[in-house]
Amino acid sequence: MEILYNIFLDPFVQMAGAPDLLVQTLWEGLVSGVLYALIALGFVLIFKASGVFNFAQGIMVVFAALTLVGLFEIGVPALLALVLTVGVMYLLAVGVERVMLRPLVNQPDIILFMATFGLTYFLIGLGELVFGGNPKSMITQELYLPTGSVDIEMLGGFVSLQKLDIAAALIASIMVAGLAVFFQKTRIGRALRAVADSHKAALSVGISLNQIWVIVWFTAGVVALTTGIMWGARSDVSFALQIVGLKALPVLILGGFTSVPGAIVGGLIIGIGEKLGEFYWGPLVGGGIESWLAYFIALVFLLFRPQGLFGDKIIERI
Amino acid sequence: MSGTYKTLALTAVLAATTALSAFAPTQARAEDEIYVPLFTYRTGPFSGSGIPIANGMHDYLRLLNERDGGIGGVKLRVEECETGYDAKKGVECYEAVKGKGPVVVNPWSTGTTLSLIPKAGVDKVPVLSMAYGLSASADGQTFPWIFNPPNTYWDGASMILSYIGSQEGGLEKLKGKKIGYIYLDAGFGKEPIPLLESLSKEIGFDLKLYPVPADNIQNQSSQWLSVRRDKPDYMVLFGWGALNPTAVKEAVKINYPMDKFVSIWWPGEDDVRSAGPGAKGFKTLNWHGVGANFPALDDIKKHLVDAGKSKTDKNKVGDVLYNRGVYNSLLIAEGIANAQKITGKKVVTGEDVRRGLEAINITPERLKELGLEGFAEPLKLSCTDHNGHKATFLQEWDGEKWVRATDLVEPLHDRVEPLLKAAAKEYAEKNSGWPKRTEACDAPA
Repeated sequence: MEILYNIFLDPFVQMAGAPDLLVQTLWEGLVSGVLYALIALGFVLIFKASGVFNFAQGIMVVFAALTLVGLFEIGVPALLALVLTVGVMYLLAVGVERVMLRPLVNQPDIILFMATFGLTYFLIGLGELVFGGNPKSMITQELYLPTGSVDIEMLGGFVSLQKLDIAAALIASIMVAGLAVFFQKTRIGRALRAVADSHKAALSVGISLNQIWVIVWFTAGVVALTTGIMWGARSDVSFALQIVGLKALPVLILGGFTSVPGAIVGGLIIGIGEKLGEFYWGPLVGGGIESWLAYFIALVFLLFRPQGLFGDKIIERI
Repeated sequence: MSGTYKTLALTAVLAATTALSAFAPTQARAEDEIYVPLFTYRTGPFSGSGIPIANGMHDYLRLLNERDGGIGGVKLRVEECETGYDAKKGVECYEAVKGKGPVVVNPWSTGTTLSLIPKAGVDKVPVLSMAYGLSASADGQTFPWIFNPPNTYWDGASMILSYIGSQEGGLEKLKGKKIGYIYLDAGFGKEPIPLLESLSKEIGFDLKLYPVPADNIQNQSSQWLSVRRDKPDYMVLFGWGALNPTAVKEAVKINYPMDKFVSIWWPGEDDVRSAGPGAKGFKTLNWHGVGANFPALDDIKKHLVDAGKSKTDKNKVGDVLYNRGVYNSLLIAEGIANAQKITGKKVVTGEDVRRGLEAINITPERLKELGLEGFAEPLKLSCTDHNGHKATFLQEWDGEKWVRATDLVEPLHDRVEPLLKAAAKEYAEKNSGWPKRTEACDAPA
């Protein structure tokens, strides 16, 4: 009976007893969720355009952030370093298209997937060679990102909002909205969706596949840079961030690999779900459940919606 | 014979000649060198801790080669093997080096150390797990091939409790207090839990555990939310790599009082600096000097850093984790020097160095001789004591650097050592067929 009470009642008693902590947990989950959504968005963009599951998205986050901080460390002003880093991500996109994607065109998806493993290790090696393995501090203030916190007294306690987290949530939301508009309303966006629907049909109406690939990899690079800045500012820029990148996997399972809204909603569900789970139910099993809870949540959703929340339902007629 | 066959035959002859010529000098070299592999991690999520330690270890040994011509006139062959702080890779490194006659291995991972403990005695390779690894391996009678000076994690945890007790007016005043323990959810972080649980029952404090999974070390907001909910009176940190700076930042974020946040000896300057001024007052244990004001470190700068033979930035020589690496290599060097004295041989083996490590006796005079006067407390090991269980002090972050904050704090010897003995006995019983010590005990060198 005690076990049942601890699982099904006590957490809710705690929530009611300290609602400020519940709000704080939801906020932390929201911020994590928005950042997971950003990473997942990088995966979705590339998957939609090329059918490639880009395993390198996590290391792209690290590589972009390291480039930014590395440039600053050698004396480049912060904002110029930001612009140059965007340039580096563009060059990376062009390089990936020329060296990796173009020679592998028409190869099975699994070959392209394995190629992104290669890209991951290449970027790890290149990052360590150029910038060293030492963690670096994100240039938060130099990028005019806010620091400090706002404490709001509410519900008999207080909720502490980090200004940086507020900025992260805002920037990520603006970015997601901007990308959604870009892909829905612009010519390039329509071309991307055409490529996502059918490579052959897109080619037949004159859409350049190579150009689209460069655009999506570049966009994924910019998304990676944004995530790297935000997450790097919360902790440090180190190769451990790459692991955070893998948190996008349950988000994608949940949201579907081809859906931009799915990445966003999936990110929020995973972010909030894992924080609530760790905080209220984690102590029942000794804590530290966050790393697998995300997958558990995703699997439970899959039981009911195998194609993910917003993924395309696959119907094959035989 | 066709042209192709001729080419093939020529290539084979050339390859064989090259291989033989490469092998011959290696063999000759191996006879007059002492092979010291270093398991390091300059890559991956834990490189923030791994790099300065690797640099310190490497530089001190290389200094002995450059300045003194090695140890006892024999050059050291120092070779790094990258593990990425992955226990699996650590064991692979061990398997790769054990055939080359290593005189000692330094796993720099509690997980790797735990895997090597059963192998060390079989392969006759001593394992030096300096202030990490299995705490019970301090018992030289049960673990003749494992050395973990100068403190075990159990000593460390007990010293933190002792310090916290002193802040409250005595250990018994901890009764009813809440002590939080945030740790890497791996072999290293779990190591002191049995001791903490035992002391929690004995003294009567409430122990709260906050494990951080290895894949979440930069995402600790849940753990620190729990800290905010539980309101522990003190927080104890056993972190490594990126876990440390993230923990300090999260503590600052929730306004946890820094003077109540104490860590084991692993956070370095960079780990704390990035948390900004809010990290002032954060404390860690330490047992050796910080800073570069030691003749041996001056020599490192002169012979290695200035000469471009080191991977270290000049301003990083003297950082706490760099000096930790130097201390590790000091122990290796003393073990080798003692082995040479005991056996009368110049080129010593792993078996000899095991004896040399048991004969370690680092006195203040010896430290002065080595150019490290006042660098650390004296250390004496023996056949039965492979640790020393030395006192440490607490250092406090003043916003710029570490500053010594306390006198020496002794481990809770009375409480820890019986538990260590019992744990060693239990280890031997659980691992059926665990060999009884047959290695003879030498008189101290």
